[in-house]
Amino acid sequence: MFTILEKQKLSAEVFRMKLLAPNIARERRAGQFVIIQQGGEYAERIPLTIADADSSEGSITIVFQAVGEGTHRLATLEPGQAIENVLGPLGQPTHIEHYGKVVCVGGGVGVAPMHPIAQAMKQAGNEVKIIIGARNRDLVILEHEMSLIASELIVCTDDGSYGRKALVTEPLKELCESWKPDLVVAIGPPVMMKFCTLTTKPFGVPTIVSLNTIMIDGTGMCGGCRVSINGRTKFVCVDGPEFDAFAVDWDNLLMRLGTYRPQEQVAHHRCHIGLEIKEGEA
Amino acid sequence: MTDHLSPTELERNARAVLDSIGNRNLSVKERLSIPMQEMPVQDPTERIGNMDEVALGYSDAQVRVESMRCLQCATAPCVKGCPVSIDIPRFIAKAAEGDYAASVAVIKESSMLPAICGRVCPQESQCQLTCTVGKSLKDIDKAVNIGRIERYVADWESRNHVRKNPAVAPPSGKKVAVVGSGPASMTAAADLRRAGHEVFMFEALHKAGGVLVYGIPEFRLPKRIVQEELDALHAMGVRIERNFLVGRTAKIHDLMEREGFDAIFLGTGAGLPKFLDVEGENLIGVFSANEYLTRSNLMRAYDKMRAGTPLYDSKRVAVFGGGNVAMDAARTALRLGAEEVTIIYRRTDEEMPARREEVLHAKEEGVRFLFLHAPLRIIGDEKGRVSHVELITCELGEPDASGRRSPVEVPGTEALHPYDTVIVAIGNASNPLIEKTTKGLDVNRRGNIIVDEQTCATSMEGVYAGGDIVLGAATVILAMGQGRKAAKAMNAYLEHKGERV
Repeated sequence: MFTILEKQKLSAEVFRMKLLAPNIARERRAGQFVIIQQGGEYAERIPLTIADADSSEGSITIVFQAVGEGTHRLATLEPGQAIENVLGPLGQPTHIEHYGKVVCVGGGVGVAPMHPIAQAMKQAGNEVKIIIGARNRDLVILEHEMSLIASELIVCTDDGSYGRKALVTEPLKELCESWKPDLVVAIGPPVMMKFCTLTTKPFGVPTIVSLNTIMIDGTGMCGGCRVSINGRTKFVCVDGPEFDAFAVDWDNLLMRLGTYRPQEQVAHHRCHIGLEIKEGEA
Repeated sequence: MTDHLSPTELERNARAVLDSIGNRNLSVKERLSIPMQEMPVQDPTERIGNMDEVALGYSDAQVRVESMRCLQCATAPCVKGCPVSIDIPRFIAKAAEGDYAASVAVIKESSMLPAICGRVCPQESQCQLTCTVGKSLKDIDKAVNIGRIERYVADWESRNHVRKNPAVAPPSGKKVAVVGSGPASMTAAADLRRAGHEVFMFEALHKAGGVLVYGIPEFRLPKRIVQEELDALHAMGVRIERNFLVGRTAKIHDLMEREGFDAIFLGTGAGLPKFLDVEGENLIGVFSANEYLTRSNLMRAYDKMRAGTPLYDSKRVAVFGGGNVAMDAARTALRLGAEEVTIIYRRTDEEMPARREEVLHAKEEGVRFLFLHAPLRIIGDEKGRVSHVELITCELGEPDASGRRSPVEVPGTEALHPYDTVIVAIGNASNPLIEKTTKGLDVNRRGNIIVDEQTCATSMEGVYAGGDIVLGAATVILAMGQGRKAAKAMNAYLEHKGERV
């Protein structure tokens, strides 16, 4: 059992939880993830990136958006309660080195896993500029934490309710033109990552993305997470989650994410009823 | 399609045989004339609507009659056919007397998991293959049904709550890690614990049991049977740590140097599914059998109202492969509501590695078989969902390295076949995680851990390995045999370990 030490609501549907998980806290590196299974034997396994960890305290921090049945159920837990199953750290850590100038782009809840990467990039001597994107003001997270790392922080919202009214690709393009970064790291919704890739490619700026795909065990056993990288099949759980953005077959990735869309819509409705959560709220 | 007798009829017939025999001593000729006892099964039309076990198990009269078919021959070829050398004639003799407690005790001298092996062992290619009764009757299908008798006595023990856990020796002061919780690990853990060592079993998933839980479906091996074995390990004092992926949560070297483990057994299984390596294998609706079965078994997605893990809606399913996993996947797909399920295999019925009983059950349930066909590519619709598979006809050519005749594609026979789901059941490669994170652990070209045949010792001192991570894809009983062999060597190693330091 993994006791919840702290819980915060970061935005309308995004939660931050600190969990007691000493083994994972000791081993994890920026870029790795955990799989959580909570709510009895019928509950699904959910991959979530590790946003932060404190090995002396033995804690890890996860940030998640309540989008499906499993994450909604997770959101109902409070400090003092425990999560039944947390497996990790999984995947390959981010390759951190001194690149020079690094742009970190975080979209939505993807800002959370970006935080430790940006931090590690700065510690490795890089100058880091950060772009945060969100649908609206309420969904902007970790702005303060990111401002402590970045030499420049750009916040954009789709509807202009906060920061700049733009998609993250606009400032990303400007930085590619004017600042000429040595590396771009993008984490967020797959569509955002795809368009970041299309933005940086003409400038030839090496770009890394962190993929979150359908996954069950997270150890390489099921192959549900497979993606096409330079035409070769790779597993996100063991070969990733980070890949060279230019090598990813984005159309195939986006398509595969829709495998269970019909079932997910039914399940989402069902969990709103089951957990007595109103539609429109997390 | 099926001419199964009902369980009641089978019991009545067996009872009549038993009455006619009475207390008489039987001659060889009389024994050979006793009718072979058929396994009572759920009716095929009913069972495809549920996940319950297909084979229902012998009745008391049936197990006694079947046991009386054994000639108690002096050569006992069955024992030589058993990977763990169970004293088969002796346990059958006890079963024939109705002394089931003694019978199961004989099995447990050699095998930890009779309820599991009685169900999933390929007896027809092991103990029953060379059975003298089968030979005398010139039909291996008429061999004594050793597996069914084994299953009965193991179930009897559990049903009557007379199961005794093995005695545990006084604490040895040694600490041992068992990595994985499948059949090899379960056996090793029990034998190591018996010697008095402190045993920790590390399982990556949220449920222990390995392939017995995520891979083999409920209708072939009920989960409660696996759970009973795990409960027994727990009762013996084995600590089962779930959510612990060795290689990631802690590395082998950490376990030995930091956590103070004196020895480690690696029974991590064959973890990386192989795909067809054809165009379109990443389309929506293409699954590894591992994923398909894990969703249904481990995640219980077959219970659509309760499970959080979704299942793909399938109508026409193509399953590639000819092993037990292919049968499991095909039969699962039928139970999950597919209208038509076809197993597509490059060779013929003869070469299929699956157990004959599983093939028979699949056929009874309406699974179709398309032999001598190989996939060329998978084709999707505009949404990227599987719509067709292009297949080519094959002919059998010369035997390959494995002795099986290899399929040769016949040019000009390419054709499109409509399917909406493709399940790939062509085996697993070994998961590289432990190898990559453990310096000094030698593996072969295929990534299987290299071990000493006699001791299962790896290239690292104190580290042993067994099961599919060593053997590639093998059986439950072979995995168990290796777990046992390794534990014996580990116990010997641990006995002397202190002396050297």
